[in-house]
Amino acid sequence: MSVAAAAMGLAMAVAAVAAVAAVITPASRRQPVVGVATAVAGAAGLVSGVAAMAGSGYSVALPWLLPLSGLAFAIDPLGGLFVAVVGGVAVVTAVYGIGYRGHGLGSRAVQASFPLFIGAMLLVPAAASAGTFLVCWELMSLASLVLVVTEHRHQPRVAQAGLWYAVMSQLGLVAILIGLLVFAAHAPDDGFGSLRAAAEQLPPAARGVVFGATLAGFAAKAGIVPLHAWLPRAHPEAPSHVSALMSAAMVSLGGYGIVRVGFDLLGDPGRWWWLLVLALGAGSAVYGILQAAVHTDLKRLLAYSTTENMGLVLVGIGAAGMFASAGARVLAGLALAAALLHVINHAAFKALLFLAAGSVLRATGTRDLDALGGLRSGMPVTTALFGIGALAASALPPGTAFVSEWLLLQSLVHGLPAAGTATAVTMPVAVAAVALTAGLAVATFVKAFGVGFLAKARSPAAAAATESPPTMLAGMAAAAAACAGLALLPALLLPAVGHAVAAADAGAADPAVRSAVSLRLVGVAGSLSPLLLATALLAAAAAVLITVRLVARRAGRVAPLWDCGGGPLTARMEYTATSFAEPLQRVFDDVLRPELDVDVSHHAESRYLVAAVEYRRRVPDPIEQRLYRPVLAAVAWWGSAGRRLAPGSVHRYLGYGFYGVTALLVVLAVTR
Amino acid sequence: MSGWTPAGVLGAGLQVAMVVAGAPLLLGAMRQVRARLEGRAGAGIGQPWRDLRKLTRKEPIRPRGTTEVFRAAPVLLVATTLVVAAVGPFLTTSSPLDRVADLFAVVALLTLGTVALALAGLDTGTAFGGMGASREMTIAALVEPTLLVAIFALSVRVGSTNLGAIVTSTLHDPGRVISPVSLLAAVALLVAITAETGRLPVDNPATHLELTMVHEAMVLEYAGPDLALVELASAMRLAVFLGLLANLFVPWGIATGAGVAALLPAMVAFAGKVTLLGVALAAGEVFLAKLRLFRVPELLAGSFVLALLAVAASFFLA
Repeated sequence: MSVAAAAMGLAMAVAAVAAVAAVITPASRRQPVVGVATAVAGAAGLVSGVAAMAGSGYSVALPWLLPLSGLAFAIDPLGGLFVAVVGGVAVVTAVYGIGYRGHGLGSRAVQASFPLFIGAMLLVPAAASAGTFLVCWELMSLASLVLVVTEHRHQPRVAQAGLWYAVMSQLGLVAILIGLLVFAAHAPDDGFGSLRAAAEQLPPAARGVVFGATLAGFAAKAGIVPLHAWLPRAHPEAPSHVSALMSAAMVSLGGYGIVRVGFDLLGDPGRWWWLLVLALGAGSAVYGILQAAVHTDLKRLLAYSTTENMGLVLVGIGAAGMFASAGARVLAGLALAAALLHVINHAAFKALLFLAAGSVLRATGTRDLDALGGLRSGMPVTTALFGIGALAASALPPGTAFVSEWLLLQSLVHGLPAAGTATAVTMPVAVAAVALTAGLAVATFVKAFGVGFLAKARSPAAAAATESPPTMLAGMAAAAAACAGLALLPALLLPAVGHAVAAADAGAADPAVRSAVSLRLVGVAGSLSPLLLATALLAAAAAVLITVRLVARRAGRVAPLWDCGGGPLTARMEYTATSFAEPLQRVFDDVLRPELDVDVSHHAESRYLVAAVEYRRRVPDPIEQRLYRPVLAAVAWWGSAGRRLAPGSVHRYLGYGFYGVTALLVVLAVTR
Repeated sequence: MSGWTPAGVLGAGLQVAMVVAGAPLLLGAMRQVRARLEGRAGAGIGQPWRDLRKLTRKEPIRPRGTTEVFRAAPVLLVATTLVVAAVGPFLTTSSPLDRVADLFAVVALLTLGTVALALAGLDTGTAFGGMGASREMTIAALVEPTLLVAIFALSVRVGSTNLGAIVTSTLHDPGRVISPVSLLAAVALLVAITAETGRLPVDNPATHLELTMVHEAMVLEYAGPDLALVELASAMRLAVFLGLLANLFVPWGIATGAGVAALLPAMVAFAGKVTLLGVALAAGEVFLAKLRLFRVPELLAGSFVLALLAVAASFFLA
């Protein structure tokens, strides 16, 4: 039995024990017990994933465990990468969850669902048959649904968010189910091995159906526009460590599904499908970050940023597919490695950011950036950790996302001469989309950090904020350490990512030379050394500081801010998150379509004197307005139209039965 | 073009020294040209240096209620620019740090400096600070696509985004300088650089009017040595951007080999090119008025289209 298998078995056993313990332990000790046990399960998952990435694979068939299809598990480096991501995020969120108290969070159902959710997520990338995959996928969706609606008794919005999430995740499951069933119908059984073997003989139409249907399902899970509507609802309303788990781990399994089906099982669904994936990714990236830039709800902002980052992952996957189908395997490997590295990086910084947002929510009771600010004095550790997360998310050196976005840009830049006209048109546009995304992400996270944490407190709650308990800080600190490691030493990780790429059968195995300090691309020219860059920055900063000390010798003093001679400045005079984003909102007016209300009331004496100006702004999701509302309205109309058929009369129902059977007999008589 | 050659190390050191020492002089020359063209006598080329000396002798003042972010921002701003000055191909293509960062990393480093200053502006908690930060980040977000697509256009024919490689390849093939790709990308980059460095018509570096300030609004609370750092850094950013523009498109004079002797003419050539560009920019600014903030995106969209055309040209004319 390999290390990966043993660790996975241990993770499942501990997760099951944690779920049972959640039911039987008394409420006072429930959270510590479940938290510690879940963290152990997550750590075992992490070990299993890392071992699998290092080449310790396994496969297990458990035909007795589930009627009809049985369960089959196998883990290769590609699955291992996602298992490791889930395990790592599980560890930090479980530790954080020990001290995170809130409405309904300590209840049995919620505490038992948490380890189940993590167990299911660990199994999804390890599934080796369509049936197993779907069972684990559904278990994951259901467990996360229970967690999302934790606070439904206290807030009506939570129940609504849960409804959206439930409907969209079930529709997504149906889409994946259809795709995999069509696939399995052309194979002797539903094992991934048989599917892989049958892919050669799959007719083109069936190939399109398989990839299209699964793409829809996986994109819905990954929060890709236009199937993202559940994400900015469910993530903010879930408890923060659950949001972290969903956003950092669960959502990326959508990307896993696309890679698994598109590259590994189908081989190659066709260049136009990959172009669609790339276009969806680029659209999601820009749209997601644009929404994040103008939203003032901290967790909603982070949720939209998840859409953005999954979009970038899909850009990488789509580009990899286009290169692979054009035969440029080195570039395909590079693009896919960039996408997978971004999955890992996103998991690290998004977990950190959601956990820090939860810490703020616990301390202040609000997620509204316009009511925050000044948290530096009350919550110094959380502020510093959120700052690290914001740097990691904004694709600036020496940040985490910078490395993966750099790899992504490299693959796109070198892709131009690689293949035909379609690529030539796509690549510059993709680069522009990635660049715009990067620029807007910087503005978004400057807003989140600068307005939310620095400056003066904008509400009494923010002024009175106190630091979170040590377990919460420990969870966040672990995520921050992961961010720092990924940012400075990505070269240590890339060989393992290369194995995952090779397992997906997409391209060259090793995209970067194995060297601890610098990334040097193989096959294309390009090099970067995050570690040396950070060192150079530190050295330069030290040189500047020393020079300033030597040159400027006078002692400093503290002085009040310049108030234009108008008396002390108050927090009401500060720029808020809304005003910070106003220029961007104006620039992208046509896309965002904000709803503005300006009410000016005048003095009674003269209408030239303004008494008060009231400004209200809402930024509803335009895609939701345009796409979902008509569909929901049509469904509602269909429902009310159907109601007329059911007036409650038993005679009429019997009549329906009679006419139905008669019609069936007539049809059978005519056609046979 | 890699490794720790003596010429490379010396070249990188000289680059940094030249940028630090020369940037205020460049700014002084630009102001002098402007003053003369506007019929004023001007304060002389050395005035920015005299200002810096005056500022460093003043008392450091920390506004009440500001955090570490406010104090670290000027240092970080200068540090990012110093790293870019060491990495870039200004005097030599064999900087030992050439492999550490490519063109994407250079752009991102300069953005990091902008971000530090924007956070400092927000940290003060004043209306001016927030206003400047908000405007600066809006412009920075919109400049990013132009910069990166222009880089794309430049790097496609070289097959690399490394600065040394791009410059060397232009040296080997002088015909590229007047190709449509180069010209389109140069114009796009020029617009992006005026926006990034806060020059007219995007931002007026001489204004202190609240409606028009961008950069000045962010740094309003700085005084003394901190302000000196901010001023020095903005001059250095201007020099670095103009130096990049000059050497990416007209790299002649730059030292390529291991010889130390080539560095001297390289210094003369670099100073000449950057001064020429700066003077041209200053002369152009005399005839320009500042654009309304909400017209700036149109300008940047125009430059983005040029950059995109440059990429298209690089593919179809190849």
